[in-house]
Amino acid sequence: MTMLSLSSSPHHHNRRDTGQVMRLVCYAAIPGILTNVWFFGFGILVQAALAIVTAVVTEGVIMELRKKKTERILKDYSAVLAALLLAISIPPLAPWWVIVIGTFFAIAIVKQLYGGLGYNMFNPAMAAYVMLLISFPVQMTSWLPPLSIAEQSHTLWDAVHTIFTGFTSTGFSVEQLKVGVDGATMATPLDAVKTALLQGYTVTEAQEHIIFDGQYGKGWFWVAMAYLAGGLFLIKTKVINWHIPGSMLAAAALLSLVLFLLDGDQYASPLFHIFNGSLVLGAFFIATDPVSASTTIRGRLIFGAAIGFWVIIIRNWGGYPDAIAFAVLIMNMAVPLIDYYTQPRTYGHKSKARKSS
Amino acid sequence: MFADYDEIIERISVNQLWDFPGGVHPPQQKALSNQSNIETLPLDKTFYVPIKQHIGVDGRIIVSEGDSVLKGQALTASEAPFSVPVHAPTSGIVKKVTEHVSAHPSGIPELSIIIDADGQDTWIPLKPVADYAKTGKSELIERICDAGISGMGGAGFPTHIKSNNTKPLEFLIINGIECEPYISSDDRLMREHAWQIRQGIDILVHILQPRQVIIAVEDNKPEALETMSIACQQKTNYQVVSVPTKYPAGGEKQLVQVLTSREVPSDGLPIDVGCIMYNVGTCYAIADAIVEGKPLIERVVTLTGKSFKSPKNVWARLGTPIQTLLKHGDYDDSTQSSPRFIMGGPMMGFTVTSLLTPIVKISNCILVPADNELPHPDDERACIRCSACSDACPASLLPQQLFWYSKSKELEKAEEYNLFDCIECGACAYVCPSEIPLVHYYRQAKADIRNQREEKEKSDKAKIRFEARKARLQKEKEEREEKHRIAAEARKASLNKDGGAAKDKIAAALARAKAKKEALAKKQTQNEAPGATAPESDKTEVVSKDEVSAESASSQTAVSTANETEQAEQVLSSTANESSDITAEEDAEESAKATAAAKKKRVAAAVAKAKAKKLAAKQIKKENNES
Repeated sequence: MTMLSLSSSPHHHNRRDTGQVMRLVCYAAIPGILTNVWFFGFGILVQAALAIVTAVVTEGVIMELRKKKTERILKDYSAVLAALLLAISIPPLAPWWVIVIGTFFAIAIVKQLYGGLGYNMFNPAMAAYVMLLISFPVQMTSWLPPLSIAEQSHTLWDAVHTIFTGFTSTGFSVEQLKVGVDGATMATPLDAVKTALLQGYTVTEAQEHIIFDGQYGKGWFWVAMAYLAGGLFLIKTKVINWHIPGSMLAAAALLSLVLFLLDGDQYASPLFHIFNGSLVLGAFFIATDPVSASTTIRGRLIFGAAIGFWVIIIRNWGGYPDAIAFAVLIMNMAVPLIDYYTQPRTYGHKSKARKSS
Repeated sequence: MFADYDEIIERISVNQLWDFPGGVHPPQQKALSNQSNIETLPLDKTFYVPIKQHIGVDGRIIVSEGDSVLKGQALTASEAPFSVPVHAPTSGIVKKVTEHVSAHPSGIPELSIIIDADGQDTWIPLKPVADYAKTGKSELIERICDAGISGMGGAGFPTHIKSNNTKPLEFLIINGIECEPYISSDDRLMREHAWQIRQGIDILVHILQPRQVIIAVEDNKPEALETMSIACQQKTNYQVVSVPTKYPAGGEKQLVQVLTSREVPSDGLPIDVGCIMYNVGTCYAIADAIVEGKPLIERVVTLTGKSFKSPKNVWARLGTPIQTLLKHGDYDDSTQSSPRFIMGGPMMGFTVTSLLTPIVKISNCILVPADNELPHPDDERACIRCSACSDACPASLLPQQLFWYSKSKELEKAEEYNLFDCIECGACAYVCPSEIPLVHYYRQAKADIRNQREEKEKSDKAKIRFEARKARLQKEKEEREEKHRIAAEARKASLNKDGGAAKDKIAAALARAKAKKEALAKKQTQNEAPGATAPESDKTEVVSKDEVSAESASSQTAVSTANETEQAEQVLSSTANESSDITAEEDAEESAKATAAAKKKRVAAAVAKAKAKKLAAKQIKKENNES
């Protein structure tokens, strides 16, 4: 008699695997990346390419060392996604070794040393970002002004040249690229407001700066909108749930609204906070990293809201102009606790408390 | 917390139902098999009837090999409450009573009755109930039991147990959901036999007296909804309800929640929230049993999947091997690289281990998918904690945590996370992007926990036995010690009664003996006769062996003198030591009595010796005096 093939139920399977999920997130980031290219030049593409190559090589080597099925694991695209997220988080013209060190750190230390995909406690991209920010503060804060107001424009070749040599093909340094048409060095909108406030200006006065268009930074607003579109696509395709981005944006808006209403001169409006900096990117692409985020529904709401609060707190009173990475890492640490106390009530059980054993 | 009767009635009447959390929407694939009428299989030659096809205990086999049986004749007798009989699917000869591959994922052989059909297909005389409405509840329940009916939706719970309800019943729920993809046996049954299902419901209403009957059909079966509505339209308290299609809406707990918002308690039954649920197939079988007097010997089975050239529904007799069904559905083996046959649906069915696996009371479907239809699962990848599984779980469990604890064998934690509330519907594994066979891990963990419980029960019993034995031995020891203490006291008392005088005498004797010894020692150094001491040791042994009487001892001691005294002293002291040693040894229960006897003897010997010594001392004194 022929041997019958045996398998365990269910025999049916949804055709979306981990690789597809990760790829969809990468695709969803494309509008944001292209908008970024449009406003800030080609640097982000070079960074992404460097990061992805570093990530794949690092993960591949470690998989070989750990004697795993290298090809199969690379195909889950988790390393590619982590690298991409780090690349779009750092200044576009940061030197090549910054992104290489950062990506290696994210994959080798934060992800693989903790046991590989699914076992890392911290968001690899954000842990690497914080490591880079603390280690190389100058390179990591050299943000460019939008091309429309920059004194010097740069081409793709300039971007490659600058990233590898520190100078464009025509010999301009990153410092020079940062200079705006008015001859002053430019900063990010968040940085500009923070500095102005320290100098005794009001928020409104700070927003009269050339990099602003109303209360939004030129270029930054559209980049945020593009990431928002990508994020909504992810929710629509059920790659992510609305809970984390929703509660994160709502909490950030709520806290900044309260502060804004208390003192509009000292504290910027909720819209300023949402559309400047990387809050939207963080809400849809970074805080939603499944491995390091909370897994219960109430837990996700708490996790997202707490990140939102931390972002506003650090932006207003902390030492750094933006705070997504710090806020995410802080809440990564709280995830086991949140998950433990937010377990759903199981069908047929009276209380939310677990069965006492 | 839960909706009350009136609210439920109101919402049902406007078809505003509740929802259950989670659930999935796999492709339905019902149209594959539900397009044509249920066919009847040509009579097979051999039937393999497992004697247990339900949850509970086996019936007693009442036929033997070589017997001829008629169609519908009982093969086993129900002797325990949780037992229902099985019946001959056709007339013929009992060929064998033996172990046969079971309709179970393991395929572990189970006791089965193999029947060779004689081709006549002759019924036993049928005894229908003339008018069930005038028949007592208990008689109807007995009839249902005798007809061998157990739940036909999947669990196989004995129907007569469920029907023997004494608690107040608000909702009798008839489950026509059939939420598993592919399967259409209930669908076809409702379309073609709505009236008989309605008869079955009427009988149940007569037995159970519910306040309301709800017939629930998923909205992907509009034809069945219509036929059931027509069949039930004259009954005012029967409501046919269209339930939104979502897997697993047909799970008992989920359907109760959808229809009533109520949740069956974790350790309870639907009746605890005023509900009892029957599958439509069970209702059909009840009508057969009461109105026709026919026992349960056949059921509707869906033959589906793209490996069947002609998928369909058939009336298959219980005990039909699936190879017959494959033939009937025109199984095309070129569509499968390795043959795979699923009994049940794609979500909860199991792969059979043999083509001789029989159809049983709960077999609703034979699914034979082509290779590209339900591809074999890939190797699992790492869990990325995406919690798609917990979003899909209808029981609001955290499957990713259960997986973590099941895989790492942290069974206590798995139980804490309510592993046993998992209904194994497979929704979690269906959505898992890492293709982890989650349900498989849960089954494994459940089995491990059950084994542990059994082990623990065994070891607990052993522990109790051990403790009891220890206590008994301790008690015996104490009793023994008490006896010894009393005996010792008695001895002491008797010694005291003899008076202090006796003691003084002994002391005096000892003193004298000492003096004598010294004198003798001097003498011996002068004119030593070495042979004189040699027999002494022998003699001591004899004495300690205690056969010796005081008289003989005295005569012997007369021969050899002073050394004897010393020996006697030693014996006396060693006896004292021994008595404490003996107490220590007494743990060896069996030897205790013997030791006590030996001790007594030793004491007696010592006493005898002392007497002998006295005598000897006197003699020596006399001699001394004489000399």
